[in-house]
Amino acid sequence: MNLDYKLVRNTLVVKVKGELDMVIAERVRDEIDNRITENQIKNLILNLEKVTFIDSSGLGLIIGRYKKINSLNGKMYIVGARPTVEKILFFSGINKLVPIYRTEQDIINI
Amino acid sequence: MGWTIMNIKNYVRFEFSSIAENVGLARSCVAAFASQLDCTLDEIEEIKLVVSEAVSNCIIHAYDNRANQKVEIMVSIQDDRTLDLIIKDYGKGIVDIEKALEPAYSTDGSRMGMGFTFMKSFMDEMEVISKPGEGTSVQMRRSFLVRDQEAYA
Repeated sequence: MNLDYKLVRNTLVVKVKGELDMVIAERVRDEIDNRITENQIKNLILNLEKVTFIDSSGLGLIIGRYKKINSLNGKMYIVGARPTVEKILFFSGINKLVPIYRTEQDIINI
Repeated sequence: MGWTIMNIKNYVRFEFSSIAENVGLARSCVAAFASQLDCTLDEIEEIKLVVSEAVSNCIIHAYDNRANQKVEIMVSIQDDRTLDLIIKDYGKGIVDIEKALEPAYSTDGSRMGMGFTFMKSFMDEMEVISKPGEGTSVQMRRSFLVRDQEAYA
């Protein structure tokens, strides 16, 4: 599996690895959604440090999780996106919904 | 293709089954081919994105996620600086092309409806030819500046 998880109180930190296209996006979506339900998650941090590529399917994954977390009154963040991935996130306007930070520590500091 | 055919320097043509695992293969193949051009790594990334979007469309929309259907790619280099890309399926076709090209329009809620927007933005020209019941062909072209003439930031 292309995923690492960490649970910090009611925040789920997910580290995705590889190319976030329709293959990976579908797997990641199901895994995250199951964990949100099982662990009564409120907030979600998506760590994209190890993601080398993203397309519409990956963006759809982010928007879908954002809607879900939003409906739970939680907050969602993206961290660690490399420049090529970050460019696509900005191009799509997703950064207006989901704040993007350099590191997980940066979120804790805000 | 309605566009001028210039001096074809090289081309590759391949076809594959309409399964999600082949999306990555398709974009890697085209990226490897495009690297013969004098383009930057950023530009290669954009080409990969464009291919990924077009092929995902074939699988998700044209074939409604049915496997074992045919996706064809033809990619060529013209005059040392222009990449022509044709991605073709034999699926259900697009009824309203204009609507399909609108940003954020998607018939599938799990994606973002930005596929064609990316293709239009990262390529110089894009044309969609589609016939309901027969299939869709997306033709795209992008020219790259010869590196030492690059004058913009």
